[in-house]
Amino acid sequence: MPEEMAGNIAQQKASLLSQATQSLRDFRYSQHHHTAGTFPVAQMTQTGPRRIQNSGMEDESREQSQSSSTGMRLIVPLQGIVQGRGGLILGSVIPCAMFYFLQFYLKRRRSPPNLPHEQTSNPPSPSHSSSNLTELSRSASRSSLLLSRGSIGRPHVSSRVHSIAKSNDSPYNIGLDKVSADPYDRLNNPNGVIQLGLAENRLTLDLIENWITEKLNESILSGIATYQPFDGMTELKVAMAGLMSQVVGRTVTFDPSQIVLTSGATPAIEILCFALADPGNAFLIPAPYYPGFDRDMKWRTGVELIPVHCRSSDNFTLSIPVLDQAFNQARKRGQKIKGILLSNPSNPVGNLMTRETLFSLLDFAREKNIHIISDELFAASTFGDEEFVSMAEIIDSEDTDKDRVHIVYGLSKDLSLPGFRVGVIYSYNENVLTVSRKMTRFSPVSAPTQRLVTSMLSDTTFIKNYTEINRERLRNMYDLFVDGLKDLGIRCTKSSGGLYCWCDMSGLIRPYNEKGELDLWDKLLNVANINITPGSSCHCIEPGWFRCCFTTLDETDIPVVIERIRLVVETCKSPS
Amino acid sequence: MAIEIVQPSVGLSKIAVSETHGEDSPYFAGWKAYDENPYHEIHNPSGVIQMGLAENQVSFDLLEEYLEANLESANWGQKVSGFRENALFQDYHGILSFRKAMASFMEQVRGGKAKFNPDRVVLTAGATAANELLTFILADPGDALLVPTPYYPGFDRDLRWRTGVQIVPIHCDSLNGFQITPEALEAAYDHATSMNIKVRGVLITNPSNPLGANIQRKVLEQILEFAIQKNIHLVSDEIYSGSAFYADEFVSIAEVLESRNYQDSERCHIVYSLSKDLGLPGFRVGTVYSYNDQVVTTARRMSSFTLISSQTQFLLASMLSDKEFTQKYIKINRERLKKRYEMIINGLKKAGIECLKGKAGLFCWMNLSPYLEEPTIKSELAIWKTIMHEVRLNISPGSSCHCFEPGWFRVCFANMSEETLEVALSRIHEFIKERKQGL
Repeated sequence: MPEEMAGNIAQQKASLLSQATQSLRDFRYSQHHHTAGTFPVAQMTQTGPRRIQNSGMEDESREQSQSSSTGMRLIVPLQGIVQGRGGLILGSVIPCAMFYFLQFYLKRRRSPPNLPHEQTSNPPSPSHSSSNLTELSRSASRSSLLLSRGSIGRPHVSSRVHSIAKSNDSPYNIGLDKVSADPYDRLNNPNGVIQLGLAENRLTLDLIENWITEKLNESILSGIATYQPFDGMTELKVAMAGLMSQVVGRTVTFDPSQIVLTSGATPAIEILCFALADPGNAFLIPAPYYPGFDRDMKWRTGVELIPVHCRSSDNFTLSIPVLDQAFNQARKRGQKIKGILLSNPSNPVGNLMTRETLFSLLDFAREKNIHIISDELFAASTFGDEEFVSMAEIIDSEDTDKDRVHIVYGLSKDLSLPGFRVGVIYSYNENVLTVSRKMTRFSPVSAPTQRLVTSMLSDTTFIKNYTEINRERLRNMYDLFVDGLKDLGIRCTKSSGGLYCWCDMSGLIRPYNEKGELDLWDKLLNVANINITPGSSCHCIEPGWFRCCFTTLDETDIPVVIERIRLVVETCKSPS
Repeated sequence: MAIEIVQPSVGLSKIAVSETHGEDSPYFAGWKAYDENPYHEIHNPSGVIQMGLAENQVSFDLLEEYLEANLESANWGQKVSGFRENALFQDYHGILSFRKAMASFMEQVRGGKAKFNPDRVVLTAGATAANELLTFILADPGDALLVPTPYYPGFDRDLRWRTGVQIVPIHCDSLNGFQITPEALEAAYDHATSMNIKVRGVLITNPSNPLGANIQRKVLEQILEFAIQKNIHLVSDEIYSGSAFYADEFVSIAEVLESRNYQDSERCHIVYSLSKDLGLPGFRVGTVYSYNDQVVTTARRMSSFTLISSQTQFLLASMLSDKEFTQKYIKINRERLKKRYEMIINGLKKAGIECLKGKAGLFCWMNLSPYLEEPTIKSELAIWKTIMHEVRLNISPGSSCHCFEPGWFRVCFANMSEETLEVALSRIHEFIKERKQGL
């Protein structure tokens, strides 16, 4: 399963972390303590064989061969076989055969006679590591093994359970957890952890609050308690089309009948993956990319992600030749590419795609006959001098072949309403729309929220005002934050959108690799109490880059943040 | 609506083109007929009356009354700063007060006979999502869940479509009132095994849809024993638990587990929702309640794809925690549903139609087999078409619920006014009269 790839990366990170940071003990979800109960060695060996198919991809893209276990070294040579290159057969078959026999032997010894042999079955072990679930007395159930007829051990759960348990080891999630446990508050908890790892925008919420107080007076319940169309009420689709049009500067008119509403952009992306790709198919995705995509796109769909690496020398913009190369390499490996996923404005870098690049991408997609998903979640959160160009604008000027373009949007970033769960699939493909509509039954928008949001979006004067002020405040915070970092000698790429900046701390890491980057991340989190997102979580190929979200802060918080970073920077610069 | 991929310019997935979304079944076809020609007392008195949608509108006034009286909680009140936190809140743990409220409401619905721990409540945007989520977690593609027939037609889609999991039916028949027997459970399991399909769990709906009947305690215990013996999961969809007409006749699996001191409970999971009992399907509030820590953790993470709007959580939290209100609501709701049920049962009886003796749900399970030309599904569908197009009632044929005995129909009664129900009954009366004369 492709989830294993993310799990594998996460596992390697976990082992790197454990070498560097004993202080992470409290928050580390080590292999030995995750909630599935304990199965130390078993975990590696049980999932080992499944990793074969992905290790090849992973090796090529990560360009690093640090493997922390014998298991990996045995598996990696198999890559050659899987990819049909042969050549390493003898050298790899024998150790692998021995490896498999060892695993088989261990499993037979370990599992009780009446459990079916599954790759992913849980060995019979006490469950129960969540300390807050103490109400139910479990001791009785354990001691009653004699009473229950012949069933020992816990019932099987799907492989999806294990893959997600592992991915919670990632720094991205660890950092978020740490903030939840000890959040900074200027007055009440000035030493708490400052959140710069969540792309949440608090800068302009006051305007929305005012709108609610003044304008929201309709009765929430009239006519909306009953079953509504799962893909959203028409009024909201109309209002959303209006919003999207306004956000792109009225260069495009969006058609409400091409809108499918979902409970957030997260399910919107997943639904598109279900609709466009079969398990095992792949999407090309410019890297660095939003860490959540690993889960959102791959977990339940079985789809794979192939990063297309962007580099600082290009200011992390996407290069079509590099994209082409990634496509060809994938094809050689026998992978079927179904589409490209773009984020525009990009996350974590904050670049806007130029009109030229968008046209080139469309040509590329046509040539290869694949889809384009354009995630435009931050479309109104732009603050630079460049204008935002939506894929819709590009496709609008074409007469044919629109069937391959799908846009994802939502209110979580531009309107700061992540809690309300409002996302959009906008597609030019009737078949995709039909399927998506059916799938929204699993991820619909709550009716009272639809009512409230329709009201708000229909107030176009308010929305226009809000968007303008939001942009100003974003720009202001961006400038202040980037200047603050500049004083510390930390450069950022020139961003034009998003709620964050992309910072180059490569000069501060030692050694110049992922381990060094994670060391710095750890120091910033546990010593400076700042949660930022390391580039490796975003699959950035160059070590030392970090994403810092500045929209959860007040202007007055910035000096605090800079000061804390300074302390760590000093320790990095001092001779070791 | 069929997806035609002849020469695709750019292809879609197998899931996209499969028929497993199940929307070609008569169950959904009937809705279309209704959509095209919906009954209205004044404007369209000869339109199709919707009796194929299990929606509860009988107690809505109670909700409206409550919310009007407590408008503050509906609009974040004076404390608009509450709005800010609410708008930003996207934690998949859900708002604690809401989780507590859900746990408390679930306890109330079961008359306090079982306790629910808010930390085991995982929130999803509806029970549809909850069922799919559990299936993703408990089974791999190709595996199977055993489901007693007849069952809710939506399961074909919810449990199978995107998950790749199969449904193997547990055959139940009218000889014992469609109850589940240990023999039927074994037979289903053996059938799956003989086809080399791994069974991962049993999914029951209690009270049952479409039967409208409570599962007896003894049968629940047998099903649990079966699950233990085979080392598989037991999912109990209790979405109609508040719609059992007599509170003491509904037994939740939670009660069975509590009486066994939660022995073997880690294979048990309950699905619940506010769509039926509280008549708020538009709000999309569902929950997975699991006794298995690992499942709870995974379900929480997976709920990221189907979070409940924080606004809705906030809106309902205080209402659901208001024990005085919920107790009153549950009691009155049960009474009204019972009254409706009696009305329809008696009306059908007068027309010469028998129904299964059920004491729960928003529908009754009607037996038209005496009126079929032949005891076949074909005849059942023929009579169904007639009822839909000539009598203009949308009811759901048993075959769409995978009932193996032809002639049974599910008839919903809670989504209309009493007057409309009278109209429906008189139409049926006429139809049967003509039918009898014809036969």
